[in-house]
Amino acid sequence: MAILELRDVKLQLGEKLVLNGVSADFWEGHIHALIGPNGAGKSTLASTIMGLQGYTAYEGEITFDGVSLRGLPIDERARLGITMAWQEPARFEGLKVDRFIMAGAKDKSPAKVREVLAKVGLDPDVYAKRAVDKTLSGGERKRIELASILAMEPRLVLMDEPDSGIDVEALERIFDLLGDMKAAGATVVMITHSLVVLHHADHAFLMCNGRIIDKGVADKISGYFEHNCLPCDHVNAPVLQEGQVVSV
Amino acid sequence: MSATRLTPEAVETARALLGSLGEFGGHITGDDVAHLEVHGNEVVGSHLVPGLDIEAEQVEDGVEVHMRVREAVRIEKPVHLCFGMLPEEGVQHILMDVTAEANSFASVQAHCTFPNAVDITHRMDAVITIEPGATYEYFERHLHGKEGGVLVVPKTRVHLGEGGRFKTEFELLKGQAGVIDFDYEVDCAAGSTAEMVARIIGRGHDTVTVHETAHLLGEGARAVLNTYMALRDDARAEVYNTLTASAPYARGHVDCKEIVQHRAVAKAVPVVEVHHPLAHVTHEAAIGSVDSKQLQTLLSRGLSEDKATDLIIEGLLS
Repeated sequence: MAILELRDVKLQLGEKLVLNGVSADFWEGHIHALIGPNGAGKSTLASTIMGLQGYTAYEGEITFDGVSLRGLPIDERARLGITMAWQEPARFEGLKVDRFIMAGAKDKSPAKVREVLAKVGLDPDVYAKRAVDKTLSGGERKRIELASILAMEPRLVLMDEPDSGIDVEALERIFDLLGDMKAAGATVVMITHSLVVLHHADHAFLMCNGRIIDKGVADKISGYFEHNCLPCDHVNAPVLQEGQVVSV
Repeated sequence: MSATRLTPEAVETARALLGSLGEFGGHITGDDVAHLEVHGNEVVGSHLVPGLDIEAEQVEDGVEVHMRVREAVRIEKPVHLCFGMLPEEGVQHILMDVTAEANSFASVQAHCTFPNAVDITHRMDAVITIEPGATYEYFERHLHGKEGGVLVVPKTRVHLGEGGRFKTEFELLKGQAGVIDFDYEVDCAAGSTAEMVARIIGRGHDTVTVHETAHLLGEGARAVLNTYMALRDDARAEVYNTLTASAPYARGHVDCKEIVQHRAVAKAVPVVEVHHPLAHVTHEAAIGSVDSKQLQTLLSRGLSEDKATDLIIEGLLS
């Protein structure tokens, strides 16, 4: 069953049509991947679903669990159960990790903070009272952001490049957590340039030039990585050599 | 000086003054904790510990407080000072003279409470002498009422001896600031360290002026001047951070961050001046609205814009 439905979604930023008629169904309790070259519109699509500043004037329809998202501000979308993890998480000078996690948590107890920190592989005794600022590495902040999302218990998580800045061991832990979220009925949409990440998805969409040009199970769509690209009219599409065949 | 010399009325006033601290209630008064309470220009409570001398007396235009930490004495528990006024109107003028003798240590927690202020002036003129090897910390927290009817004028001159350490924090986060004209200046001898932090929330028609100045005069002297401010409504603030370095290996940094909302106006003027090629000072100042990425992150966790903004400011001023 589709929890998130997009129908002919178009978004123009300046002179450029960055989403050009995107239609897609994201199924409840599934892990989806959005792949495609830089500038394909993947992050734009996530920002539009979340309703970020500058991404609200879209055409078409986006519905979450049957509710139109048009006109809903970010916090109201979040209260429906939608949230987002940024490729580069924000830094909050002075704000302690526990306060950050509690802010959006369903259960705002210290025990919950400790639980989710442990789940992302960060020692609560070491991290709970640290600030979410430049003293943490990008990877640490990414894990803390994921902890805050776990505490929120969302229904839909938009994750922009979950592997960015994450070491291999932590990445495996993150995949396990995404699996747990899926098992709990949450839907995950991962934006990625990584074949490893793609293989943890149940289903994938290939985007290019603001459109979805292919979709299917991850193994099918992974042909994009094997051949670097699909032939299309994108300005950055590779020029094929004579006799070269690209297939997916 | 002893509390036994105080009148029953003074003791009652001291209790009321401390009671007004509310959630600031960390004003401990055990036998091993030195403390001093001043209501208006009247000393209404005090207690000393060995190694610490405090003489306080009412003078024509205020109250003089002489405080001395004896040589090589370490005052284990923070010294608690409470300055304030419970009526709506009045003037409090503290003339403070502090000496931390060589190799001594003292940490002072000062609470300034004006919970009912409509038209109150709180003026502090302080001279602090920190002798070689001594450490003196002074944390001043203000609790104001909702009307903002307080004029706060703290002027402090600090002479920091060789290898000495001075750390001060000025915090006004509860209630409305009123008018603040804050001016701290420190001279740093060789190998000494000074750290000054001001954290202020301005609301309504508050007007805040901050002058933090450090002169790195001796070799290897160090100083950090930090100002963090959040302004909303029609509040105005001007921050002047000045750091001069005139000795080799002197190091310093000036940092001013201000969040501005509504019709508030903020101005930051960092001045760094270097008179020696082996000295090094830096500065950064950032004034603006709440960072949009921080805000959108918290909104995406379901916080309202107001709650998200408060949380970001809480972090900045923590």
